[in-house]
Amino acid sequence: MPDTPIRVGLFVTCLVDLFRPTVGFAAVKLLEDAGCLVEVPARQTCCGQPAYNSGDKSDAKAIARDAIEAFAGFDHVVVPSGSCAGMIRRHFPLLFTDEPETRAKAEDLSRRTHELVSFLADVLKLDRVPETRYAGIVTYHDACSGLRELGIKAQPRRLLQSVDGLRLTELPGAETCCGFGGTFCIKYPAISDRMVADKAADIAATGADTLLAGDLGCLLNMAGKLTRLGSELRVRHVAEVLAGMTETVPPIGGVAAQG
Amino acid sequence: MSEAREQILGAIRRALGRGAADEARRTAIADRLARHEHNLIPARTQGLDPAGQVALFVQMAEEAQATVARVAGAADVPAAVAEYLSQRNLPSRLVMAPDPALDGIPWSERPLLEIRRGRAEDADQVGVTACFAGIAETGTLMLISGPHSPTRNNFLPDTHVVVMRGAQVVASYEDGWTRLRAAMGEKGMPRTVNLITGPSRTGDIEQRIELGAHGPRRLHIVLIDDEARP
Amino acid sequence: MQPTSHSFKENARQALGDANLQKALKLMQSGFPARRAASIARLPEFDALRDQGKAIKDHVLENLDVYLETFEKNVVAQGGEVHWCRTPQEAREAVLAICRRLGAKTVTKGKTMIAEEIALNDYLEANGVTPVETDLGEYIIQIRREYPSHIIAPALHLVKEQVAESFRATHKGLDAKRALEDAPTLVAEARSILRQKFLAADIGLTGANFCVAETGSTLIVTNEGNGDLTQTLPKAHIVLASIEKLTPTLEDVSTILRLLTRSATGQEFSAYTTVSTGPRRADDTDGPQEYHVVFLDNGRSAMLGTEFQDMLRCIRCGACMNHCPVYATVGGHAYGWVYPGPMGAVLTPTLVGIDEAGHLPNASTFCGRCESVCPMKIPLPQMMRHWREREFAQKRSPAAYRYGLAFWAFFARRPALYRLAIGLAARILGSIGGPRGRFRSLPLAGGWTQGRDLPAPEGRTFMSLWAARRKRISP
Repeated sequence: MPDTPIRVGLFVTCLVDLFRPTVGFAAVKLLEDAGCLVEVPARQTCCGQPAYNSGDKSDAKAIARDAIEAFAGFDHVVVPSGSCAGMIRRHFPLLFTDEPETRAKAEDLSRRTHELVSFLADVLKLDRVPETRYAGIVTYHDACSGLRELGIKAQPRRLLQSVDGLRLTELPGAETCCGFGGTFCIKYPAISDRMVADKAADIAATGADTLLAGDLGCLLNMAGKLTRLGSELRVRHVAEVLAGMTETVPPIGGVAAQG
Repeated sequence: MSEAREQILGAIRRALGRGAADEARRTAIADRLARHEHNLIPARTQGLDPAGQVALFVQMAEEAQATVARVAGAADVPAAVAEYLSQRNLPSRLVMAPDPALDGIPWSERPLLEIRRGRAEDADQVGVTACFAGIAETGTLMLISGPHSPTRNNFLPDTHVVVMRGAQVVASYEDGWTRLRAAMGEKGMPRTVNLITGPSRTGDIEQRIELGAHGPRRLHIVLIDDEARP
Repeated sequence: MQPTSHSFKENARQALGDANLQKALKLMQSGFPARRAASIARLPEFDALRDQGKAIKDHVLENLDVYLETFEKNVVAQGGEVHWCRTPQEAREAVLAICRRLGAKTVTKGKTMIAEEIALNDYLEANGVTPVETDLGEYIIQIRREYPSHIIAPALHLVKEQVAESFRATHKGLDAKRALEDAPTLVAEARSILRQKFLAADIGLTGANFCVAETGSTLIVTNEGNGDLTQTLPKAHIVLASIEKLTPTLEDVSTILRLLTRSATGQEFSAYTTVSTGPRRADDTDGPQEYHVVFLDNGRSAMLGTEFQDMLRCIRCGACMNHCPVYATVGGHAYGWVYPGPMGAVLTPTLVGIDEAGHLPNASTFCGRCESVCPMKIPLPQMMRHWREREFAQKRSPAAYRYGLAFWAFFARRPALYRLAIGLAARILGSIGGPRGRFRSLPLAGGWTQGRDLPAPEGRTFMSLWAARRKRISP
């Protein structure tokens, strides 16, 4: 544990904020258990991906500037989402290629920004999480941005393997896109639906009872397909399992157990 | 010079933000072309002695579905060819390129082989050629067109037999180009250089690889083991 | 044939319901990616070679005019001729002029994407010259009058029963009761039909994977042998190539060849990689008497110096579409023109216009797999995003979508309002959907909820819960 606690600013992400605060609290718990001082800047909203990926550079830049401002001064910025972390790390600097001053700030923020699991494993160098149990057979989906922009692959698996009672089984096609793609699932819903149907079939074939991933967009997409297909599979954000917060909160798309 | 040519070149220059290339740029490019520098060459081709190169060549050629028969000397070639054809019930009539490299082989020792020297025609089922080099890296044959090596002999017959010597094997494609430039000298490139790796194939029907699409369905290499270097 | 890219959504809908196509796409998915991965696993230098290939092509593009001039000089020195064509029409006319001068009745063709791009076959037929595709995949789509659905495997979208059906309909002289059950029989039939065409052809036309400046040579990379029979037997060899195919030396070509076949089919090397330089020599006993290189610009020079320049590094290996999850569900014809998949999404709008092809760069999740497998390290998603930027600036995206985005951005830039709006949404959706945990249907979300549920929000936002927690801790 460090002597002066690391000051971490949590970038909650709009999906976690709206759909599943549990993920945010799981992130906070993991960070605090690891000795970090966590703050949540009130002025944060969105990383700007929807605008950026729709070609709306001007709004993307405006939102990025706000984010850069809101997260100034933290030792690290941690994000429970590969796509939002990727947006900040990889794409914020690209937005400001012709604005040297803002670009420098974007690069500075980029260096300090990490996806949650990558932060725990690569920066804090944890190879296990504190005493946690999860009785289940888990399969893991590698969300695209986290995988390809941030190199997140081994880290969640390593940490999951340290969870007592948890058995990991690899998902064939774990690296294949689930079809969410942010704006894509709205613009091309039929194709998106087919992609997630294929993904659901791959998941079902693993025999796992739990599906985990690091991005809530993907998880909402996959959970929505699985429940529509009548699957009993439990879908959660990987932070929930690592933080041992699965007892009290129902899985994504599920309801609280009765009685 | 055509208007289209000038327009295309002009558009390229404008897009690159400059006028016609100056002397310095032209010289630099001409030098680059003259140097034929090697870029990165895979380690699998490096550090092998001649025997090792031949072994790699044979291994890679076989992987590509060529068959390889190694013989001790030129005297053993006719028997190797006859045996190959009879084992597969292939005709013993063959068209043989008028390549001097094939002259020194005692074909008459196998009188059942009916040999016609010349250019392959549609009806020829079996063709025998020599080659210019063998590239160990991927088991690839380098064949060049010339008065004694019509290109169609490599493609028309259903079965292609190549007679070569171990000394013709080089490690990498780059070594092959070096040898070719040396051999051609002032003449420059031949009309055709064929780099052939295994027999003809297609995967165009349901991704299933089938041999013998349009070119030969069989490629057989008779390799004379020798240590001599040209 | 006219492009149908503008109907991408309808094309995709049909593709999703096409059982034969879906079966064929599953075969592709179990083939190409695994083979590529296996061949790359054997070559530790693969990634370093990608960097070198990129550097070679970037260098050529920066000096494209000089390389083109050098290439031309060397072609002419060996007895060949170079034709410069700005547009598809000029290229078609250049090819036809050679055919007319030589009195050509049939032209055998090796696989060339440029010929598809300029719709050469229709033009030749309309002008009394018969083009005969000889690559098996191209032959199949020629007799079916379709576009290629993949740049390496033109008939990838078909199952063998469909090929058999087309053969029966086209090869009239054969026994109608013959069995055409399996791939070997189909290949054998195509081989014997096309054999005669090779021998009878007046002119052979191929593409070029590379144009080598050093020697004035063109290269084709094939497996069937059709390209070689096409370019050796007839009296003239025409090479159709776009201008960015220039590569400096044979050594540079070797570097890129190491990337090409592994990325395309997973082969170590193709069965036939052929270097052609000029017509037959005086003492040759076979080979064409004439050698023509028909260069096509058609928008390539316009891509230089722009944010799309990197696309000119493309070596047409097909790896991007082999690994694209969208292509894997809808196949190549959905893209509506000659170039499908991720590379098609970037290139097609430059060639047929963003009006026609606007859907293509939008139909991507930006999963990034294409870029990760591209041997030339082309940042494909980034260039698709550039197209989206152009469309947005020109207000081409649907109005509802633009207003939705503007609405979102308005709130995202005003944290206090954002908190209120999101908080409201969380409460409303949470309370409606909460008991079941999910929505089976939701107004305005029909596209999503048609096939899947929407999990319900937990009911309070993280930010409001965090603020409440902070108040409790430090009142």
